[in-house]
Amino acid sequence: MSVPLRPSRATGFWSRALRHRSFVAGGALVLLVLGAALLSLAWTPWSAYDIDIAAKLKPPSSAHWLGTDVFGRDIVSLLLVGARATIAVGIIAVGIGLSFGVGLGLVAAAKKAWVEELIMRMSDFTFAFPAVLSAIMLAAAVGPGMVTSITAIGIFQIPTFVRVTRASANAIWSREFVLAARASGKGAFRITTEHVLPNILSVLIVQATIGFALAILAEAALSYLGLGTQPPQPSWGRMLNEAQTLLFQAPSLAVYPGVAIAIAVLGLNLLGDGLRDLLDPRLSRER
Amino acid sequence: MSLFVLRRFLTLLATLAAASVIIFLVLDALPGNAAQMLMGADASPDAVRALAAKLGLDQPLAYRYAHWIAGMAVGDLGNSYAYGTSVAALIAERLLLSIPLALLSMAITVVLALTAGIYTAANHNRFGDVGVMSLTQVGIALPNFWFAILLILLFSVKLHWLAAGGFAGWDDGIWAGLRSLLLPAISLAVVQAAILARVTRSAVLDVLREDFVRTARAKGLSKRAVLWQHVLRNAMIPVMTVMGLQFANLLAGTIVIENVFYLPGLGRLIFQSIANRDLIVVRNCVMLLAAMVITVNFVVDVLYAVIDPRIKVQNL
Amino acid sequence: MSGTDHKPLLEVENLGIQLSTSRGPAQAVREVSFVLKRGETLGLVGESGCGKSITALALMGLLPESAGVSGSIKLDGNELVGLPDADYCKLRGNRISMIFQEPMTALNPMHTIGRQIAEPLRRHKNFSAAQARKEAIALLDRVGLPDAAGRVDAYPHQFSGGQRQRVTIAIALACQPDLLIADEPTTALDVTIQGQILDLIADLVTERGMAMILISHDLGVIAENVRRMMVMYGGTVVESGATDGVFSRMGHPYTQGLFRARPRLGAKKGTRLKTISGTVPELADLPIGCPFADRCPLVESRCRAALPAAIDVGGGHHVRCLRTDVSMAGPAEVLGA
Repeated sequence: MSVPLRPSRATGFWSRALRHRSFVAGGALVLLVLGAALLSLAWTPWSAYDIDIAAKLKPPSSAHWLGTDVFGRDIVSLLLVGARATIAVGIIAVGIGLSFGVGLGLVAAAKKAWVEELIMRMSDFTFAFPAVLSAIMLAAAVGPGMVTSITAIGIFQIPTFVRVTRASANAIWSREFVLAARASGKGAFRITTEHVLPNILSVLIVQATIGFALAILAEAALSYLGLGTQPPQPSWGRMLNEAQTLLFQAPSLAVYPGVAIAIAVLGLNLLGDGLRDLLDPRLSRER
Repeated sequence: MSLFVLRRFLTLLATLAAASVIIFLVLDALPGNAAQMLMGADASPDAVRALAAKLGLDQPLAYRYAHWIAGMAVGDLGNSYAYGTSVAALIAERLLLSIPLALLSMAITVVLALTAGIYTAANHNRFGDVGVMSLTQVGIALPNFWFAILLILLFSVKLHWLAAGGFAGWDDGIWAGLRSLLLPAISLAVVQAAILARVTRSAVLDVLREDFVRTARAKGLSKRAVLWQHVLRNAMIPVMTVMGLQFANLLAGTIVIENVFYLPGLGRLIFQSIANRDLIVVRNCVMLLAAMVITVNFVVDVLYAVIDPRIKVQNL
Repeated sequence: MSGTDHKPLLEVENLGIQLSTSRGPAQAVREVSFVLKRGETLGLVGESGCGKSITALALMGLLPESAGVSGSIKLDGNELVGLPDADYCKLRGNRISMIFQEPMTALNPMHTIGRQIAEPLRRHKNFSAAQARKEAIALLDRVGLPDAAGRVDAYPHQFSGGQRQRVTIAIALACQPDLLIADEPTTALDVTIQGQILDLIADLVTERGMAMILISHDLGVIAENVRRMMVMYGGTVVESGATDGVFSRMGHPYTQGLFRARPRLGAKKGTRLKTISGTVPELADLPIGCPFADRCPLVESRCRAALPAAIDVGGGHHVRCLRTDVSMAGPAEVLGA
């Protein structure tokens, strides 16, 4: 696999990007979710924390656009604030995966033999512990919470980044211009930072959007189970848990948070597909 | 070939050992004083010490670890801190639900995914392809527990066809038990199937581009014969890789889904044990799950060698 | 095994092939016509992109579904253009066979070579597994694979490139086809093996009285292995005739350029290699007139107006050029550039 040497020029990229269906659709959905999270920092229709039992389980109305939950909280406000947890966990977890994963992957590609073998074995091993399992262990050990879920999800992201980084970095290391750099005495560190890293960026960006999507799904599952974001901080996953107990009385409560999660994940997937096409056509296979 | 299997088996053992160490460290070393946690913050130090001695928690870490591993060899996993009953018995009872559930959902996944993947690859870029691909695009974005809730909404709340949860048990016959596993298995299967279908399609399309497919056509084989006799076996390699990787997700999903449907399986056991601070049960359950994943990956590796004649030669 | 059948085996008339490329539909091949008798050998020479492989695929009915074929291809009088795939499958590997350029990837890595050779036998001739295996061993022996009986159950990755090509030849010949199409069969092989494989093919062709179409970009290969030849450029046949005739009296400026471009042993040190100036046009950009116009030293405005007709310059030798009066005037070396 060969990667282009120059990053695409900014103007050319955007004109192609805005015509790419997947990119635009995905981007729009992601911006929607981001916007919701940011908006919630400044304003929500009602407070997402105040309990008002008198107003519980109301159907949609002009006052409460999507109705209220069992504690009388406005659904729209809960969704907006819940976006924050979703995004925060996603970004930090992917951040953990990226920084450690890319670092280890670059080291694995730069050094050979036993270092590479060790890193790869360790990362294969981590695959045996899906995020839910690690979160369970951590929750049992140190208690549930947002930090627990971020740690568990982040650790689980690392092996994927290691794999992807190492594969792409290896391809760059065997390119002739790198051989030339080595022949002229450049050290592994400089080669990595100056030649390898810039050329694998597009692969990493695509992987990061995929990782973000997976992190969101994992966070939702953990919150649903009660291991993630704790009350009173709203979270979409926990909203689904609460809605399930009321399935016979207020079925629609179980729909909205799920749609929100699906929108976020779908948006990221489409965005990732679009980026893959745009950043390196050689990466994208026929879909 | 046998040398290859032997090497893989040794790797398997090493990985299992490493897993057990990690799990033990996280669950037994990290939490600090387990006896303290079990009794609560305001228990008397004497009572805590007595409980610790009774549960063997005052022994050094290395000794407790060795004791655990030795116990595994004879099937004695210790006793639950909360109930005092044999952990092994507890787990075995729960497995009677979790394993059929996992198997059922894997079967559904494979059937759905392979059918969809092959169908779309064979009808590449035509309407069937685009339609199914859009469906899978939505499918992979669904949280499996939300899909489960939607299924409950449809089949229990609206249609009253199936129960909203609970397990009928195997005593009333296989069908009764399977009926209560049906919705759970489907909700687990659909998302996995969406992912696997995409992988299958991509793998088949890749193989269709290979030169030997052209040779096969040049021999006079019909497109269908080429697909079934030449393409599929080659395409199965990447598909099997993903299936093996998906197994870990399947187990994680089982934990979540069992909670959605109130099924008394391994997943619920883990949760109840966390709530009860019954760390010994948690430790053994997690070890079991990790061992299953590691073993499945080992099996997949061996299957490669069986299917692909090139591998036996390379890895000696 | 008659080489003198009166009715031609293959009649291609005005074959045109349209492909859909990323830049829109492109006329990859136009106005290709030739006749092939039983036992005759025909060479197809030209650079990459001239349409020779596509023509071969059209004969086999293996073009992509989006391709449009016009004109006529008749095998023993039966029209092949528009033939449903089910019927075409009965011909492939049975009456017409093809071998390809890349032996390393031409075989399925998961099946033994024995099985792959047996496949056409079981399919077309209804051989039993045992019969097919016996025949496969005999074929492997005939194509020069040592220890055929011992290696019939081996897998492709256990063989070298040259050996794999022998296996593909065995596969192609299993059902005793009337026509063998060989698309650059030796280009991907070591030079030392090339001669062996070409000799093998030549022997088999003579021995079985097959007709053969040999495709190559190498004039030397063409000169030694086929009785008649066609030179293709830009999707059309620019010159055709008996090999000896064409080589002694080249009519088309492209053919002359090709011949001149071959490096000569014994040339003085410092002699510049001769090239044809310009580059091969892309399929989607082919001009309406003569495809060679932009690179031809003899070009005139009327050359670009329409595709020149093929002119008979004597003895079945045809040249698709309006300026044969000049190009065939004197010895080939005379013309400039």
